[in-house]
Amino acid sequence: MTREKTTNAVEVRGLVKHFGETKAVDGIDLDVREGTVMGVLGPNGAGKTTLVRMLSTLLQPDGGTAKVAGYDVVRQPRELRRTIGLTGQYASVDEKLSGWENLYMIGRLLDLSRSQSRERADELLERFSLTEAARRPVMKYSGGMRRRLDLAASMIGRPKVLYLDEPTTGLDPRTRNEVWDEVKNIVAEGNTVLLTTQYMEEAEQLAEELTVIDRGRIIAEGRVPELKAKVGGRTLEVRPADPGELQRMVGALAQAGLDGLAGATADEASGVVSVPIVSDEQLTAVVSLLGERGFALADIATHLPSLDEVFLALTGQKATHQDDDNELEEVAA
Amino acid sequence: MSTATVKAPQSGESPTGSGAGSGSAPQKPGTVEGRIGLQANLRHIGALVRRNALQIKQDPESMMDALLMPIIFTLLFVYVFGGAIGGDGASGDRDQYVQYLIPGMMGMMGMSIAMAVGTGINEDFRKGVMDRFRSMPIARSSVLIAKSVVEIGRMLVAVTVLLTVGFLNGFEINGHWLGMLAAIGLTALFGASLLWIFILLGLTMNTAQAVQGVSFLVLMPLQFGSSVFVPPGTMPGWLKAFTDVNPLTHLADAARGLMLGQGEVAGPVMWTVIWSVGLTVVTAPIAITKFRKKT
Repeated sequence: MTREKTTNAVEVRGLVKHFGETKAVDGIDLDVREGTVMGVLGPNGAGKTTLVRMLSTLLQPDGGTAKVAGYDVVRQPRELRRTIGLTGQYASVDEKLSGWENLYMIGRLLDLSRSQSRERADELLERFSLTEAARRPVMKYSGGMRRRLDLAASMIGRPKVLYLDEPTTGLDPRTRNEVWDEVKNIVAEGNTVLLTTQYMEEAEQLAEELTVIDRGRIIAEGRVPELKAKVGGRTLEVRPADPGELQRMVGALAQAGLDGLAGATADEASGVVSVPIVSDEQLTAVVSLLGERGFALADIATHLPSLDEVFLALTGQKATHQDDDNELEEVAA
Repeated sequence: MSTATVKAPQSGESPTGSGAGSGSAPQKPGTVEGRIGLQANLRHIGALVRRNALQIKQDPESMMDALLMPIIFTLLFVYVFGGAIGGDGASGDRDQYVQYLIPGMMGMMGMSIAMAVGTGINEDFRKGVMDRFRSMPIARSSVLIAKSVVEIGRMLVAVTVLLTVGFLNGFEINGHWLGMLAAIGLTALFGASLLWIFILLGLTMNTAQAVQGVSFLVLMPLQFGSSVFVPPGTMPGWLKAFTDVNPLTHLADAARGLMLGQGEVAGPVMWTVIWSVGLTVVTAPIAITKFRKKT
């Protein structure tokens, strides 16, 4: 990968971590430029969390080198810990404490004075819309509030590099959007972020560059639009109430002359018409067109390329995670 | 432990804390910037003690062991067994038994409370809180020291409750107040040394339940195979051999000597101190190393 000459906040060279026979991370090179968001996309067990844990000094690498903000993960762990913020499945807050107490404690642990810690806790609770819940124990928080507090907790020390390890895994779509908005704000402030995710959509929303890993190895990397172009975008799936209308629907869409509608296809077996989505406007136009033409619809949904489809498009082979039995639906690109 | 650079916040209270320095990290010390000074370390420990105290406030049930156990055990043993242990069931024997039982149970309080530390550490790891701490620029040992400070506080609460229940049920120390303070101090010292064993268990076992199960297995024989509840005189030889070396026996005898002013004092006190220091010297470094390396 060639890059313009800028400082790398994260520099990983040939990083290796084995757990017995399992090569969790098997020779990864990674550069994250200052002020950018690097997405690391991969299925469960690809080595994403192992990578993040090594970069946060929680795990010792078996080989290779890694530097964060210029500090070596093995030789300068303490200096390094001063420069990072960690949010993820494994780095959590104390459920028995209130949101405020959690943030105050972290402030004190980061050597802020009592009054600084108080101010910073108030400030971040406000910023992540948690002021009302500030005094409630975290175990009473909703999933989204909990993730926002996790984000706030990792921001207390104004880290030079922020790790977000699967920040929205397990959240419902609405909450996911909420967390994305917060992450986008963090990114807009010029923070350097290393984001791991299982979702192409998340990488697309948040990251500028993307590294796709599988079985501890990099299988693709590049700027998100480039990779996205290879993978294909969202698809609209419409199911007419009467399966007999499939062909008439495709015909009506094709005649409408809207962008991308020539790509509409009917799948008789599943009784669904698929339309590649090129823009929000086009999506709206398609839906209102169907209404105007008086089609009775049983179901309407948008569909993103699954991780399997992403892997298939990028590498020509399926991802190697355990549940390989997902059907590979055709992505109309 | 010669590399220790950190002192426990209250050195009298937590003699084991000074072994948990930050200077013995496996990696070479980095630049001055990366070092954690004594003051910063105390501040970190303070913040973590506050956390553990708040946990108790939020979850008062976690104090049940310290509050109820001394009451239940005292009443159970004094009123169920107390009369019979003397032989003829007269109430005079019960009063004598209170004198015997209360000092003996002090060490048992220390031991039972110490047990909880293992489950707490285990839970912190499972819930990811520990990873947050370990990815922060604090000495990793400060998490353990803070936990120990709070547990020692809980031991003191349990012992206070025990003594109060004892006094209400006829326990008398005839002015041996200094002896009582010394016995409390000895209990805290012994309890602190046990903390490391249970921390080690908490780091080794996979679930909090497993920690509790194993802890109980260790606890029961030690508590009953001692002079805590009855004088070991009537026990068979093999059991008596065990009770004679059991540190709980030494602590119970020491507390009796100190608070009742009768029986030997110097020997049991010395053995209690030897046991406490010995357990700490052996288990604390292992526990701290394991804590640092745990993934």
